[in-house]
Amino acid sequence: MIVEIGHFALVMALCISAIQATLPLLGANTNNRAWMALGSPAALLQLLLLAIAFAALTHAFVTSDFSVITVTNNSHTLKPMLYKVSGVWGNHEGSMLMWVLILAIYGAAVAIWGNNLRPTLKARVLGIQGLLGFGFLLFIIFTSNPFGRLIPAPINGQDLNPLLQDPGLAFHPPLLYLGYVGFSTTFSFAVAALLEGRVDPAWARWVRPWTLAAWGFLTGGIALGSWWAYYELGWGGWWFWDPVENASFMPWLAGTALLHSAIVLEKRDSLKSWTIFLAIIAFALSMLGTFLVRSGVITSVHAFASDPTRGVFILGLLVVSVGSAFALFAWRGPVLRGSGVFRPISREGGLLMNNFLLSVAAASVLLGTLYPLFLDVLDLGKVSVGAPYFNSVFVPLMTPMILIMGIGPLLNWKRGDAIIALQKLKIAAAIASIGAVTIWFVIDKATVLAAFGIGLALWLLISTLTELANRIQLFRIPFFDTWRRIRHQPRSSWGMTLAHAGLALAIAGMTASSAWRVEAIQTMKPGDSVIISGFNFTLRNVQNIKGPNYLASRGVFDVRRKQSFNITLEAEKRIYAVSRQPTTEAGIYSTFLGDLYAVIGDPDANGGFITRLYFNPLVSWMWVGTFLMVLGAGISLSDRRHRVGASAERKVPGSVTA
Amino acid sequence: MKFSSLALFFIFVAVSTTTFPPATYAVDPSEILDNPILEKRARHISKDLRCLVCQNQSIDDSDANLARDLRILVRERLIMGDTDHQVIDYVVSRYGDFVLLRPPVKAITALLWLGPLIFALIGVFGLIRYFRRQTVAAKNEDEI
Amino acid sequence: MGLGRNPQDLPSALINTPVPTFQLPPIKGQKKGFSNLDLLGQVTLVNVFGSWCEACRLEHDLLMNISKKKLVPIFGIDWQEPNPMAGPAWLKRHGNPYTLVGNDPKSRGAIAFGVTKAPESFLIDKTGVIRFKRTGRITEALWNETVWPIVQELKMQ
Repeated sequence: MIVEIGHFALVMALCISAIQATLPLLGANTNNRAWMALGSPAALLQLLLLAIAFAALTHAFVTSDFSVITVTNNSHTLKPMLYKVSGVWGNHEGSMLMWVLILAIYGAAVAIWGNNLRPTLKARVLGIQGLLGFGFLLFIIFTSNPFGRLIPAPINGQDLNPLLQDPGLAFHPPLLYLGYVGFSTTFSFAVAALLEGRVDPAWARWVRPWTLAAWGFLTGGIALGSWWAYYELGWGGWWFWDPVENASFMPWLAGTALLHSAIVLEKRDSLKSWTIFLAIIAFALSMLGTFLVRSGVITSVHAFASDPTRGVFILGLLVVSVGSAFALFAWRGPVLRGSGVFRPISREGGLLMNNFLLSVAAASVLLGTLYPLFLDVLDLGKVSVGAPYFNSVFVPLMTPMILIMGIGPLLNWKRGDAIIALQKLKIAAAIASIGAVTIWFVIDKATVLAAFGIGLALWLLISTLTELANRIQLFRIPFFDTWRRIRHQPRSSWGMTLAHAGLALAIAGMTASSAWRVEAIQTMKPGDSVIISGFNFTLRNVQNIKGPNYLASRGVFDVRRKQSFNITLEAEKRIYAVSRQPTTEAGIYSTFLGDLYAVIGDPDANGGFITRLYFNPLVSWMWVGTFLMVLGAGISLSDRRHRVGASAERKVPGSVTA
Repeated sequence: MKFSSLALFFIFVAVSTTTFPPATYAVDPSEILDNPILEKRARHISKDLRCLVCQNQSIDDSDANLARDLRILVRERLIMGDTDHQVIDYVVSRYGDFVLLRPPVKAITALLWLGPLIFALIGVFGLIRYFRRQTVAAKNEDEI
Repeated sequence: MGLGRNPQDLPSALINTPVPTFQLPPIKGQKKGFSNLDLLGQVTLVNVFGSWCEACRLEHDLLMNISKKKLVPIFGIDWQEPNPMAGPAWLKRHGNPYTLVGNDPKSRGAIAFGVTKAPESFLIDKTGVIRFKRTGRITEALWNETVWPIVQELKMQ
């Protein structure tokens, strides 16, 4: 019965989305207040209906209702409750339902918190959200219905892959979707603005919180995914340029560019076309990612085993939505002429430059991801585009970007003085160069690029802090005045400082853990010791233990260093009873300078065990850094200026700070 | 932070017949060559060869049987005296360019390798045009 | 369009090139393995299989049929058997259509042919050149429509 209610709610949501997609838009065109006002209740109702549908599906999973096909395919009575719940979105149909649910959440959020929006704009934004919802609901109902029944119902479901039985899996997809799908809102804002024929600083101010939210969630989702890969894969890798990883990274790159472009639009009434273009592209890339994962056209660890018809449908949705957006974009060209003028060397110039670099990076990742597909579809052969390609293309693009990130915030709007800015950055440049050379000398003369990477990270960190110090006139004026300045800094500037500093830490972590990871593979008997990077790993013993649904051999390592440092690491190799699938659980201990990482493998004939021991430098800096980035987005979001005073559409005079 | 049994993994896998081995314990101690220079070359070559029965890993990362056999083959050929190129060509002659994780630079991949450069150039042209228009606009402003 | 393709299906890099040099020992219970030299002088079908391979079991009846009717000699590569008795036991249970079977636990034979999964089959002409590759099992339809005609054509050359 509940399943039927859920199904019914789903179909009702389709009808409501049809209303939401048409009447508010028509109302905005004809200035019909009543129709425009329909947008909000429709969005809220849609959220309610989809929440009901999602709850119904969750109920089916939780009660192991095997008369529902999706549950049969993806669940089992022996699964722990947490995984029964996360199994709801661990498959194509359920995750698509989550997709539209989140789409509805954002729509409802605009309905609730968008009261300071111009009514016509708000109606149009909700209308576009409704259109998107309509398209995806059609897709779900006709090709991916999670409520399909199976009569007669089987006694039990198909076995669940033990790799999915993981608490972290519960958080990664929702977080990622809150990011991905969040860019639907910025897309709706962009299309609404094009329909209005008005792209102005007020619009940029209204769109900023949504961009921040989507970007923050996406950053968190991607970082979380990397973190789990690191802890589970057993050798410390965290990024593989896998097509589906790329599918989440490309919207992130576009979203970062969008965030910064909107700042220029807001402050200086410039870069209008570019900002709208990015808003369209960011969501287009999200949709493209959805297509890639579910159509079966790419080879990836993440890909759902799906069929081409679904792929064609999504591709159709993509073409229609993005195509119409671009058509609108072309038609409204004249409206997108800005009034702000600026010199190449200026705050705007720096932001534009970085936008350009981010876009080229996104385009290159797109090219590399799709290239094998293009060649195969056109029957021109099969080619692999793997990590080596992406690394050689991406890194050279990011280098100038990071250099500019240091100078940009110190330049004035409209016309900046590069000499003065660079003078302020003397210390940053000095520390970066000395740091890079020292590391190159001390650690490993073979890795010039890695030392350079650390130098870049140092540059970014120190220049970000220099900019802050400059703004609060640290050591230049009495401390009391500095303190007053600190208290009056707008939250969004703290957001910028945190995010940029976080990125610097993350870059240091990425460089160090890739370049200077130390690996030791050997067979060890209990009592044997191996020394890596000054740490002495001794295998104490290996025991056989029994888990709830697996058997494991657990290796216990004592790790010592000098007198003061003495810890124990436990590593397991598990075999799950039902699927007979082996997994490794690494033993990890994080220190400031790096992670100790131990993996226990198979036994050999002589009572020894294969062990893989690693020292992964600066890994936690990546997680701390990305956390700071997300925190920065959150703090920026909480800036009161987004809510108060946003309704007034006065032109903001060029201000010095972000 | 100390983690033991409750480690985390994220994957979306359709629960069907396609389960795949995690990229965990790849190189075996028994595979490691005595000559560290050769071993280093072997690892380097392996990182660029695709595991053909996996989803998106190199043979260095994967613990699939075929990956292991290819790793051993690579080492054998290095011992026999092949250069890095010869080893790679040997594998490519049997499996085609698909086995290379770094796509070869050929006519068919020209667009792939030149693409980023072309994007960058288009962007640079766009930027130059944009700033030229701006300077003209600014001059007009000044004149008025 | 090409959207329905399996991105993992590799076309053969070896079509129209001679079979690479390889030498496989016999499986347990047989005296002779086989090498690339055994594939000269006649049109042959090389089939990669394993006792662990489901699709191979499905294909096996067709191969038995071909062998009984002596349509084309089939050479088998018993691939990645962890247990040396597994292959012979499987053949004993289901029948042995192969003129010669090579034991290939280390994938040397498979790698020579650029094999990535089982079953895969190859048609070799009289001069030892690979002319056709099939990834996946040969179905009745495929045999009748594609493979057998090629065999006949190669025989006439």
